[in-house]
Amino acid sequence: MFDNIFGIHEKALLLHGQRLGVLATNLANADTPNYKARDIDFGEVLAHTGGESIPLKVTQAAHITPADGELPGGDLKYRNPYQASLDGNTVEMPVEQAAFSENNVRYQASLTFINLKIAELQLAIAGQ
Amino acid sequence: MSLFNVFNVSGTALNAETIRLNTTASNLANAESVNGDVTKIYRARHPVFQSMMDTGAPFGDQDASVGVRVLGVVESKAAPLMRYQPENPLANKDGYVFTSNVNSIEEMTNMISANRSFATNIEAINTARDLLLKTISMGH
Repeated sequence: MFDNIFGIHEKALLLHGQRLGVLATNLANADTPNYKARDIDFGEVLAHTGGESIPLKVTQAAHITPADGELPGGDLKYRNPYQASLDGNTVEMPVEQAAFSENNVRYQASLTFINLKIAELQLAIAGQ
Repeated sequence: MSLFNVFNVSGTALNAETIRLNTTASNLANAESVNGDVTKIYRARHPVFQSMMDTGAPFGDQDASVGVRVLGVVESKAAPLMRYQPENPLANKDGYVFTSNVNSIEEMTNMISANRSFATNIEAINTARDLLLKTISMGH
């Protein structure tokens, strides 16, 4: 019953946390020549984690299944810049800042859902 | 927890931008320095940024977050301006002094850019801190 209380928000929170780190890296390297901005394809990764977790196919003894709670590995995607920069840097400040605040809001939304779920359960436990 | 990584990454960026601001301050301070010897003039200094990228590891690893470091400081190769100032005690035997090759406009724009980047990284740190504090108080 309590295996999956928080639903997708547990995974989403982890993923948003990771995405925050990636976006902060982009912001930190905004002035680094030849740095290529990267991002997580959120929908794609979450599609693999959402709802019922799909176990990885094990075809050989050497294959390792990820531990419970671990997100499936995926490559970071490189961002396509709207306008190429002369120093080879593909960080575009407005794009990154927009993604950063969007991610921030989504993180807090997931957190709110989890908090409400906890409140709900506490209400059910206390019965009043 | 990767949220903590934001502090490291943005911290390195703050450090790099501080060095950039320092070189800019140094350049602006020495914009009017002169010398009679062309080899001894002050030359504009600019930091070279490099990301501390090790491998293209999958993002499950901590390597997804890479900081920035100052690889070194290079001196500008722009030609200095030559001025005829025979009354200047530093003038060479022909009466010329050489000014530094600092481009003040370039330095000012550099300063604005560094300022903006610094503020952005501070904002990233504040956001990460807020989110962490909210996560810690989960369920309260």
